[in-house]
Amino acid sequence: MSHSQASDKLMVELRDLNKWYGEFHVLKNINLEVKQGEKIVICGPSGSGKSTMIRCINHLEEHQKGDIVVSGIPLNEDIKNIEAIRKEVGMVFQHFNLFPHLTVLENCVLAPIWVKKMPRKEAEAQAMELLERVKIPDQALKYPGQLSGGQQQRVAIARSLCMNPDVMLFDEPTSALDPEMIKEVLDVMIELATEGMTMLCVTHEMGFAKTVADRVIFMDGGQIVEENEPHEFFNNPQHERTQLFLSQILQH
Amino acid sequence: MKYEIQPTLPPPASMVGVIGWMRKHLFNGPINSVATIVVGYFLISFLVPTIQWIFIDADWVGDSRDACTSGGACWVFINNRLDQFLYGFYPEAEHWRVQTAFILLIGSIIWLVMPQTPKKGLVAALLLVVYPVVAFFLLYGDIFGLETVETHLWGGLSLTLVLAVVGIVASLPLGILLALGRQSEMPIVKSVCVIFIEIWRGVPLITVLFMASVMLPLFFPEGMSFDKLLRALIGITLFQSAYMAEVIRGGLQAIPKGQYEAADALGLGYWQKMILIIMPQALKLMIPGIVNTFIALFKDTSLVLIIGLFDVLAIGQAANQDPKWIGYSTESYLFVALLFWVFCFSMSRYSQQLERQLHTGH
Ligand SMILES: Nc1ncnc2c1ncn2[C@@H]1O[C@H](COP(=O)(O)OP(=O)(O)O)[C@@H](O)[C@H]1O
Ligand SMILES: [Mg+2]
Repeated sequence: MSHSQASDKLMVELRDLNKWYGEFHVLKNINLEVKQGEKIVICGPSGSGKSTMIRCINHLEEHQKGDIVVSGIPLNEDIKNIEAIRKEVGMVFQHFNLFPHLTVLENCVLAPIWVKKMPRKEAEAQAMELLERVKIPDQALKYPGQLSGGQQQRVAIARSLCMNPDVMLFDEPTSALDPEMIKEVLDVMIELATEGMTMLCVTHEMGFAKTVADRVIFMDGGQIVEENEPHEFFNNPQHERTQLFLSQILQH
Repeated sequence: MKYEIQPTLPPPASMVGVIGWMRKHLFNGPINSVATIVVGYFLISFLVPTIQWIFIDADWVGDSRDACTSGGACWVFINNRLDQFLYGFYPEAEHWRVQTAFILLIGSIIWLVMPQTPKKGLVAALLLVVYPVVAFFLLYGDIFGLETVETHLWGGLSLTLVLAVVGIVASLPLGILLALGRQSEMPIVKSVCVIFIEIWRGVPLITVLFMASVMLPLFFPEGMSFDKLLRALIGITLFQSAYMAEVIRGGLQAIPKGQYEAADALGLGYWQKMILIIMPQALKLMIPGIVNTFIALFKDTSLVLIIGLFDVLAIGQAANQDPKWIGYSTESYLFVALLFWVFCFSMSRYSQQLERQLHTGH
């Protein structure tokens, strides 16, 4: 359990966040504060707006109402702010989204070199260090297409970490993986959590939530329906919809 | 039941020699056998006389039509006019300049095609940026004491190659910009690109060439003479870039959204994202389409004969009019066709090889 890492500095603030796709009100009055070092797990039925919410944080999706502040930087029209926020926020996708035409190492050094203007030597040394941490330094010169799903996802995590982010967003990082590969990715994420990274994870891996989460958030219909620390959340869910959801995913 | 480890065996021999292969592929059943025989009969009855006419009964050397007595093809005709086919009316003493330009071109292409040669990127950059300038001054002269050769003397295969290479080299970057513009979220940029592309795609190249040679001069101040070849080149390039833009747009659309999102999430800017992530992947997908438009362009260059430029086909037609050689147009058309075919076929093979080289297993 890692419930003592959080400091008082706010890393992510969502205030009255609202978003529409055309007429469709996909996010309704979302309020969320994440302190430095906190780990948040977000769950909820498919289509409830989990991805949309965390994608608003690094402006992959545009919100229409409310405020987003990341690492003290307000997310607004100013392209400079968006760039600054993206430097502080790493993201891991369900389908890895590695660059298939580049080797693993090139995937990892690309952003440090082009966005942070880091010298190549330094970027490569740092990338090798991080590949070591996700336990695939020997794959550095291969192309993503030659790796297994679990390996690709670990590369994707390393690639994000190469930018030295303050916050990591995970959007269902294990749901596209074969069952035998889920653990290797979760292990990397757990290690990252114990090192004090601020994390927002959309996931249905309840074991992971129980081990590392400071808070679990349940979303339904574009709203945050319930929020609690993991023990209470799983053993004593307040809301009827939370109970239904938990009974469905914990059944088997 | 007991589980036993099964031995690994070689595959059964399915083909036993030539006979076995023929039985399996050509005569495996009555319909296939009949088809083989019928097609074989027509192939032989067409190919034998053709080969006889082209090679066996043909006359190759001599200096007038009197040398053509064997009843086959009269290659003497082509032989006598080979210089014109290759160089047009380019002064004979200066042919070495055309040859140098050609050797530089072919040399760097071979360098790029060979699998083991180093520094391919540098050679490609030189070919795209430095070579056009060098080739222009080599061909045109008026520098370093090279005699000026006006463009109306350029002709034959060398003119065809100038038209094609300039059209290809200039239309690719222009096409990329147009395709990106068409995808842009800025309404003005987007509509300018859409209008440009749709206008050029909606008119035949012949019209473009006519307009380039007749209308373009009207837009320029009086007395400013504008080279006819240059006008044709501008027309061809703009025309070609509109087609290129559509091929490239197709490639861009095939790149998954996740690639854009990963690049955005890492903080890459628009041009970094396009140049480092999207374009390399899209260009790879587009190689067949790009080469197809190149091949079409290469063949379309022959249309310049209608505005009075003497490309290799126009030279062939002019040769057919020569009273001394009346009656040998089959030979000249065949020869021109062969030249076109050699270049187009090479392009197509090169593109296949490039696709294999760039394959990274996904
Ligand atoms: N680009 C889009 N255009 C329109 N509707 C969308 C778009 N993306 C997502 N949606 C809709 O928004 C809702 C929330 O989607 P999402 O955030 O992906 O849900 P979750 O990640 O919780 O499964 C869904 O109903 C989905 O159909
Ligand atoms: Mg989702």
